[in-house]
Amino acid sequence: MTALLARLPRRVGSSIGPIVFLLPMLLVFGLFSWWPIVRSFVMSVQQTNLVTPAEYVGLDNFRAVLDDPLLTTAVQNTAWFAVLALVIGYPVPLMLAVIMSDVRRARGLYSLLAYLPVVVPPAVAVLLWRFFYDAEPTGVFNTILGWVGLGPVPWLEDPSWAMPSLVLEATWAAAGGTVIIYLAALVSVPPELYDAAEVDGAGIIAKVWHVTLPHLRGIMLITLILQIIGTSQVFLEPYLFTDGGPDNATLTVLLLVYNYAFANTTGGDYGKATALSLMLAGALAVLSIVYFRVTRRWSE
Amino acid sequence: MSTLVQQTPDLQPEPEPELSGPLPRRRRRRTASGETRTITSAFERRRPATRIARTLLNGGLLVFLVIACLGPILWLAKSAITPTQDTLRYPLALWPNGMDWENLRTAWVEIDLKLYFWNTVVIAFGSWVTQMTVAVTAGYVLSILRPPGSRVLYALVLATMFVPAVVLLVPLYLTVLDLPFTHWNLVNTFWGAFLPAGASAFNVALVKRFFDNLPREIIDAARVDGCGDFRLFFHIVLPMSRPVLGVVSVFAVLAAWKDFVWPLVVLPDPAKQPLSVRLPRLAAVTELDVVLAALLISCALPIVFFLVFQRLFLRGGLEGAVKG
Repeated sequence: MTALLARLPRRVGSSIGPIVFLLPMLLVFGLFSWWPIVRSFVMSVQQTNLVTPAEYVGLDNFRAVLDDPLLTTAVQNTAWFAVLALVIGYPVPLMLAVIMSDVRRARGLYSLLAYLPVVVPPAVAVLLWRFFYDAEPTGVFNTILGWVGLGPVPWLEDPSWAMPSLVLEATWAAAGGTVIIYLAALVSVPPELYDAAEVDGAGIIAKVWHVTLPHLRGIMLITLILQIIGTSQVFLEPYLFTDGGPDNATLTVLLLVYNYAFANTTGGDYGKATALSLMLAGALAVLSIVYFRVTRRWSE
Repeated sequence: MSTLVQQTPDLQPEPEPELSGPLPRRRRRRTASGETRTITSAFERRRPATRIARTLLNGGLLVFLVIACLGPILWLAKSAITPTQDTLRYPLALWPNGMDWENLRTAWVEIDLKLYFWNTVVIAFGSWVTQMTVAVTAGYVLSILRPPGSRVLYALVLATMFVPAVVLLVPLYLTVLDLPFTHWNLVNTFWGAFLPAGASAFNVALVKRFFDNLPREIIDAARVDGCGDFRLFFHIVLPMSRPVLGVVSVFAVLAAWKDFVWPLVVLPDPAKQPLSVRLPRLAAVTELDVVLAALLISCALPIVFFLVFQRLFLRGGLEGAVKG
């Protein structure tokens, strides 16, 4: 009986405590995450102009997006950005991390330098690089190319050069973060594996190929899909460097979403914007599922 | 290059230089000779051919990192105090012809960078408070109090990780424009800029997992002594959580300082905008040397912040989360 009484106040306390501690999460996630997610599905089948009540329009928004001649351009450009980012941006952090993991002295300095661009605000980085990309022969990069007899390159002003220029800057800005992830994974390579490989007569290249890289395989598969998901949503670089130009050569899907919803002249079409975001999210979901199905066999 | 050549034959263990802290080297097994084991063996490193190749590779990498990663920032620092004509004519001059410290003052005062700087500080501070509050209270409930239904809630939180940010942009804007129940309009307020940052499933997962690993005996002992939920939180759990609070803090502040898309959408009023949103507009109408000074001011704080808290950034605090 006394034991029961002694429990009483605590039970009261423990019923208030969880509620109080749950409130911040419920409020913030409810308002700014769960509700908007639900809402995006509702909005994609509605016509909203924020003045009159929203009107159900079925799949009209999706149809309007699919009929937009710019959609093909945007999808192609986004895919091109993702492919270039894979070719240019994916191997760089891997190579850096593998070499850095074998540095004996001042390794911290190496990772400090590699991570430095990551902390530069992206808007600052883009404005700085926009100056570097000056197409005149006196531009910074063109001057450097001039020393070795190359260039001048029209960088951002030419439709075929614009996208690689964007990818180059994006790689500079993001590689450091991935290097740190790889380095952390490389710490856990069991030393015995290297010892064993040496006993079997493996040289340095063979050890990297047969021990180091296989150890990273799981994390490489994840960084690969995360990179694809990230680059499919690229917005800041095309928005700030070229605003989709020249000649729509850098118009990406997310830039199209932004233009549907917020651009000064054509904006305000929130239904179309949500429909396109959902289509992109759906495509990424399908891609991820297929990717993990296909790679499951290789990952462990 | 000569100093680099001297570095490589490391036959005896050398004292760790100041900067080499971040990587958890102490977890590496040390071999009989007292060295840590990496790809190359001590024997291989003694071979002349390997020694030269490694020197070239490591030295080359260092030179590359200095030029590629530090170079643009040093260039910015130089050009921020160089007159426009100098920068345009000799963009790669190593030293400015004439120094123009006035640029920094012009940027700070005359194009009103100080206003946007303080806007950024307010948003970063608000974002930090929101993210900490949500992550720590949620982690505490989900890991330690565990009321009925908390597993479902945790699943709902984690599920948001799989929703790409692009889906949220427009519906989140419309939500902030007209908040459910209260009908508050948070557009053009700092609240609208930083409150949504609190909905970070990554933070909640990080803190919950940290709390999961706290010693249960201490918590049980406090419970037996009659410690209530609130005292347990403030006097037992929080004091033990400094490492994870540090990680959440530095990433929260840096992310807020770097954020661009959300403040661009939610703060159309120029007087409320943070640096990253305002800079592109300013750059279009301002003289180059002042723009470069403004860029330097805008990235100075995050860089100093990074240098101070480098251990938290560089030890790969994300590895567990990414491995999943």
